[in-house]
Amino acid sequence: MNFHLRLWRQEGPSAKGGFEEIEARDIPAEASFLEMLDIVNNRLIKEGREPVAFESDCREGICGTCSMVINGIPQGPGRGAACQVYMRTFRDGDSITVEPFRVAAFPLVKDLVVNRSAYDRIIQSGGFITEHTGGAPDAAAMLIGKREADRAMDAAACIGCGACAAACPNSSAMLFVGAKVTHLSLLPQGQPERSGRALNMVRAMDEEGFGNCSNYYACEAVCPANISASVIATLNREFVAAVIKVEVAN
Amino acid sequence: MILDAKIPPGPLQSKWQHFKENAKLINPANKRKFNIIVVGSGLAGSSAAATLAEQGYQVDCFCFQDSPRRAHSIAAQGGINAAKNYQNDGDSVWRLFYDTLKGGDFRAREANVYRLAEVSASIIDQCVSQGVPFAREYGGELANRSFGGAQVSRTFYARGQTGQQLLLGAYSSLSHQIKSGRVTMHPHSEMLDLVLIDGHAKGIIVRNLITGEIKRHAAAAVVLCTGGYSNAYYLSTNARGCNATAIWRAYKKGALFANPCYTQIHPTCIPVAGSYQSKLTLMSESLRNDGRVWVPKKKGDQRPPQAIPEEERDYYLERKYPSYGNLAPRDISSRSAKEVCDEGRGVGPGGLGVYLDFQDAIARLGRPAIQERYGNLFEMYENITGENAYERPMRIFPALHYTMGGLWVDYHLMSNLPGLYVLGEANFSDHGANRLGASALMQGLADGYFILPYTMGEYLSTQFGKKPTTDRPEFEQAETAVRAKLTQLLEIGGTTPVNEFHRELGLLLWEKCGMARSETSLKEALVELPKLRERFWKEVAIPGRGAALNQSLEAAGRVADFIELGELLCRDALTREESCGGHFRLEHQTEEGEALRHDETFSYVHAWQYQGEGVAPQLVKEPLDYEFVSRSTRSYK
Ligand SMILES: Cc1cc2nc3c(=O)[nH]c(=O)nc-3n(C[C@H](O)[C@H](O)[C@H](O)COP(=O)(O)OP(=O)(O)OC[C@H]3O[C@@H](n4cnc5c(N)ncnc54)[C@H](O)[C@@H]3O)c2cc1C
Ligand code: SF4
Ligand code: FES
Repeated sequence: MNFHLRLWRQEGPSAKGGFEEIEARDIPAEASFLEMLDIVNNRLIKEGREPVAFESDCREGICGTCSMVINGIPQGPGRGAACQVYMRTFRDGDSITVEPFRVAAFPLVKDLVVNRSAYDRIIQSGGFITEHTGGAPDAAAMLIGKREADRAMDAAACIGCGACAAACPNSSAMLFVGAKVTHLSLLPQGQPERSGRALNMVRAMDEEGFGNCSNYYACEAVCPANISASVIATLNREFVAAVIKVEVAN
Repeated sequence: MILDAKIPPGPLQSKWQHFKENAKLINPANKRKFNIIVVGSGLAGSSAAATLAEQGYQVDCFCFQDSPRRAHSIAAQGGINAAKNYQNDGDSVWRLFYDTLKGGDFRAREANVYRLAEVSASIIDQCVSQGVPFAREYGGELANRSFGGAQVSRTFYARGQTGQQLLLGAYSSLSHQIKSGRVTMHPHSEMLDLVLIDGHAKGIIVRNLITGEIKRHAAAAVVLCTGGYSNAYYLSTNARGCNATAIWRAYKKGALFANPCYTQIHPTCIPVAGSYQSKLTLMSESLRNDGRVWVPKKKGDQRPPQAIPEEERDYYLERKYPSYGNLAPRDISSRSAKEVCDEGRGVGPGGLGVYLDFQDAIARLGRPAIQERYGNLFEMYENITGENAYERPMRIFPALHYTMGGLWVDYHLMSNLPGLYVLGEANFSDHGANRLGASALMQGLADGYFILPYTMGEYLSTQFGKKPTTDRPEFEQAETAVRAKLTQLLEIGGTTPVNEFHRELGLLLWEKCGMARSETSLKEALVELPKLRERFWKEVAIPGRGAALNQSLEAAGRVADFIELGELLCRDALTREESCGGHFRLEHQTEEGEALRHDETFSYVHAWQYQGEGVAPQLVKEPLDYEFVSRSTRSYK
């Protein structure tokens, strides 16, 4: 198969970027999107040019490393991350536009690579349960209903890729934050720090410069981990409850 | 050189207890004075960094990804073993210990493996308290499954994403410690050398992958948790970035590399489809619980699988191993697949595949039940191959998956270089010649949460007042060497992309030192590898600069190390004149074609010591004495 690529090239954060037109030739239909880029890069290298910078690691849709916008869709068409897109989903001769995530809180590094450390800092602000190694009771001492466990797992499946913020017109990170808050607030282990967690994570999200949710649900549509937008409602509830709790306490 | 594994005295069951009761402690005020480098943020690295920080040490943690949460451990699917016996099916610490030792074909240390089984239960407690959403029964209890041929159900799991959930648990603890200031996280940082001061590991040289900046880091001790080296074979189930650079450069600084030839080939992966392919995808082993493996009886049978009648199918695992059948251990299943493909009975492109068929399970349990169990895997399979496995059998083929070999460590997880610790897949310790399913996650977390935090005091208590600084000449020298190597790579100015060398290396190792090895094939490889290396250093193309993000440069350094490691791997395979676990030498098999061990001559750990450029490495042997169990021949018939 052959494709006509419009690829975003940008040397660094302060350099001027722009689209470069590149032909992708003789691409097997079974190749993944990233393998197609590998083939293109190999050719660029052979021609003595710099390959397109993009990140990937697992190439199985689980690590969340790959991140790019394909034809306007963060993580590309179909379910799953960009590495799970296969060339057979395109038509021979298609033009394909590839750009980096465009979110102010994810500054551009080079070409398709952006810096998503803001998500790590949000987790550091409270996305954990305080415990210390060696102090845990026997795991069987705590019963957790299958329904709660399954729902917690649904939310915990987030791969931290950042597509939610990239898809959102407001660059909101609510799906990501909601997923973590939902996961931990559903579990008995997560109860003691429940209020503080919601408050701290929402504050961290604001400080990082992510916008607010105004119910576009674009995040849910692109999320490779199928995180449901209902986690945003949960986050809102948890946040309001936490604010009230603090006010009552004061 | 004599290797002392520092195994505590006494009966097997009380060695670890004995060690802990006599271990040197460091008081809280002093812990603060020690800073520790942890390289790697997978299960081993994150758990170690978080726990050491909780204990009060000052930790610097490094990973090459943009976030510690993305370490390769995230991709583990199937589960984690623990001797909890929640299912009341007769499991015990002893059984888990014995199964692991036997699974490893009696090529691991008894004391290490026993300890692993012993601490396994605490891992589950720890993870549950972090909020890991393990699968549950309707009554709220933890669910278990039998995995990888175990005869008890001791595997805990979180859907098909166990590694992800365990890693996110460890990452959350790590994040907490980063917030508290006791861990400084250095993402996008690659360790390029180990620094020794008076023979002790006291620091590392790191390249920032975004800016290209080279930096020195000094510490009281260095902990490597950098994963395995399956990617030496290019195509493997590992993440693309997995590499051996950290352990390889430590080896070149004097750390012993043990059992490099013990590599594991996983039987259930999606077959190779073409030369453009960048990695192989694992289909969880749990599929073998319900899927039946077969090939046509007739050579070169081109009929679609549905058109091949029952009596013309060879369910070869069930035929050869009636008691374990489709659940025969990984090494045995992989080798059997290779045999039938070598006979010309393989299916799919190039005849390199076998069927994994769910028709009987669907007939017995109904499609919804199969969908509930494996729906996501079937979906993944369809996404990659375009085939629907509910309607036609999956095609699978073995692929490189895990490496049991690694840096040599003693019972304390310390290498022969004082102050250098090695955890997780990067060390050689617990799985002998073959790892059982769901045991790597267990080992990584055991090492990081429960073992290193106890053993490290022994060394640190001898290091008071010896705070190293980065202005020492040893740092200067190491940094200069790292810079010189990068410059050398950038100046080659060849025209062949790194990738192509990597693929060539992979193919060579797969063919000459893969599922079946022989003296001839290994000797051939040892002739080919130096040539490949020479060509690499003349012809590789690395565009761009060193002082910026340069993915070709990163890859080049890793592939250069893999080529060298490939040589050691083949040398080790050649020296080990027996078959055991994942190491199968054609010259050493029984009449029925099963692996033939030679316990009298090879019940040793083979640890290799670097002797310098162009000089053969020296073999150092650590005898494996079996005091508590007697070695049987593995039989899964
Ligand atoms: C597809 C797949 C499925 C699996 N499923 C299972 C399973 O179900 N059960 C099971 O028990 N095991 C499973 N395994 C095996 C298991 O996942 C691994 O053995 C284990 O996760 C390794 O953990 P680790 O912490 O040792 O290393 P890794 O998770 O590989 O982490 C390595 C870390 O080191 C860092 N690093 C490496 N080199 C450098 C360097 N030079 N400088 C700086 N940082 C560096 C990386 O950034 C990373 O953070 C599976 C493996 C694969 C490939
Ligand atoms: S919520 Fe979905 S889109 Fe957002 S980071 Fe998580 S996995 Fe990615
Ligand atoms: S590379 Fe891991 S999710 Fe795409």
